[in-house]
Amino acid sequence: MSHLHSKPRYFGFLPLLSLCLALFFSSTLQAQPSESSAAATSYLDQTQALKVALDTLWTLLAGFLVFFMNLGFAMVESGLCRAKNTVNILAKNFIVFACASLAFLALGWGLMFGNGNAFFGTEGLWFLSAPDNSPATGEDYRGAYSAISWAGIPLWAKFFFQLVFCGTAATIVSGAVAERIRFGSFLIFSFILCALIYPMAGHMIWGGGLLAKFGMLDFAGSTVVHSVGGWAALAGTLLLGPRLGKYNPDGSANAIPAHNMTSVCLGGLILWFGWFGFNPGSTMAADAPSIAHIAVTTNIAASAATLSATITAWLLLGKPDFSMIVNGTLAGLVAITAPCAFVSVPSSLIIGLIAGILVVFSVLLFDRLHIDDPVGALSVHLVNGIWGTLALGLWADPQVCPAASPAKKGLLCGGGFEQLGPQLLGIFVVALITFSLSSAAWFLIKWTYGLRVTREEEIEGLDLGEHDQAAYPDFQRTYIKSYHIREA
Amino acid sequence: MHMIEAIIRPHALDELKARLAQLGIPGCTAIEVKGFGKQKGHTERYRGQRMDVGFVPKVLIKIAVRTEDLDPTVNAIISAARTGKVGDGKIFVYPLQRVIRIRTGETDHTAL
Repeated sequence: MSHLHSKPRYFGFLPLLSLCLALFFSSTLQAQPSESSAAATSYLDQTQALKVALDTLWTLLAGFLVFFMNLGFAMVESGLCRAKNTVNILAKNFIVFACASLAFLALGWGLMFGNGNAFFGTEGLWFLSAPDNSPATGEDYRGAYSAISWAGIPLWAKFFFQLVFCGTAATIVSGAVAERIRFGSFLIFSFILCALIYPMAGHMIWGGGLLAKFGMLDFAGSTVVHSVGGWAALAGTLLLGPRLGKYNPDGSANAIPAHNMTSVCLGGLILWFGWFGFNPGSTMAADAPSIAHIAVTTNIAASAATLSATITAWLLLGKPDFSMIVNGTLAGLVAITAPCAFVSVPSSLIIGLIAGILVVFSVLLFDRLHIDDPVGALSVHLVNGIWGTLALGLWADPQVCPAASPAKKGLLCGGGFEQLGPQLLGIFVVALITFSLSSAAWFLIKWTYGLRVTREEEIEGLDLGEHDQAAYPDFQRTYIKSYHIREA
Repeated sequence: MHMIEAIIRPHALDELKARLAQLGIPGCTAIEVKGFGKQKGHTERYRGQRMDVGFVPKVLIKIAVRTEDLDPTVNAIISAARTGKVGDGKIFVYPLQRVIRIRTGETDHTAL
């Protein structure tokens, strides 16, 4: 069976080759040895060393949980799509972490946390090779990554934790573009997202850039991770177009049902579990009252959102749709990600309640707008990333736990617009920059390598078309569900 | 009365259902099958080895029709399923001896 791709296959090697050459030359030009960690901690007394050890242990363990979320994404996405595309979706979610790891190591970290200007870092860009005496903090810190010098853990612990966040942002994109994007296109975009786009947005908020100066807060990344992933996904979805047979000429939409709800359930719970590393871990310190508080706000928001989404779907659509239940949980988790340390437990309940209602309406709205999102990634991550960032400005209370102290009081806590203003600014700036950079990247890929698979391949399934493999090679009941493709 | 058996590509099902509805044909049965004819199948790859998967997924539709509906139905199937490429499928027509509706006991033409 011939594989009809829109552009020659060898085109794919060009961007990858250029990336490899760029990495090689930059690393040889700029590599300097950084201080060994033994030298960095030798001045500490026993209590201080113990604190560093505990903080590091906590941060890394939390990071391992976030890494595990990649499995959650893989299971949710492949379960919500058709069996004929399973291998392809699993492969995208699997490999994206590898792309993120290398891209963030090579350049992403430096752009995000290196000392620099309002938009990106300019020191210590390549391979974390600049001087840095972490775990020294505050006044004692000497190095190129001042923005994150508040964390009293070794540099590689900080890097690892931030890396898994970058990986999460990249894997969000794979859901919205599923079932019709070329594997290579996604790989190339992931490198660009992790090396350039995500770090720029991150630098503005966590790297001491423009939005940090204005006082915008985002504790664990509703904007930095989820909205960024969401905008990148939206840009990709718009350029790709909807799946074949999704929308009819008269404007109505067709259901393209999930093939494996077991997988969706498994993935949803893994993501919920992993979020207990995502949010509490962002203290990057074993700060007992804070991590306990954050774990609870995280869970309460998730639970409230699960229920509100279920009830909303039940009332609006007739029956409690399981995919909406899971989308509800994830929406609550995304929404609480920014405010988790800054809001009280009752506030987190309200935030979650609203998130669950929002996500159901958002899914319906995107279909109304003919923006095809097979897994609800835009509704969960983009819409609720924005909601979570806003909610911080509404309910922030610097008294709830030690980690909350940087916050100004939220609008609904008697604080006026002191915190809400920066949040609003941040939402717009990140939207503008992320969406435009992502669109540029997707355009570049579409123009050189190609973006979408051929019609024949999309009908036959990307497993065969992209990988020459089938996820379920045996006889099974998967093909009777309608294809909605009216002309043969 | 006749039984039409058609082996078609899976993605032609929707178009076929629409055309049957237009004709007023009340129902059909669809079975997932795998088969091959001139369309030999495809090759998959797994860890360095090639697999010749001789069978291609198809759908087998069975429709029981009155004699006067036979030609329109066959034409509807052809127009829904034809793509012009190898693998479009085949239609077989068998004579039907008896048809009974289980719920009411109606037979033959009143059961169709």
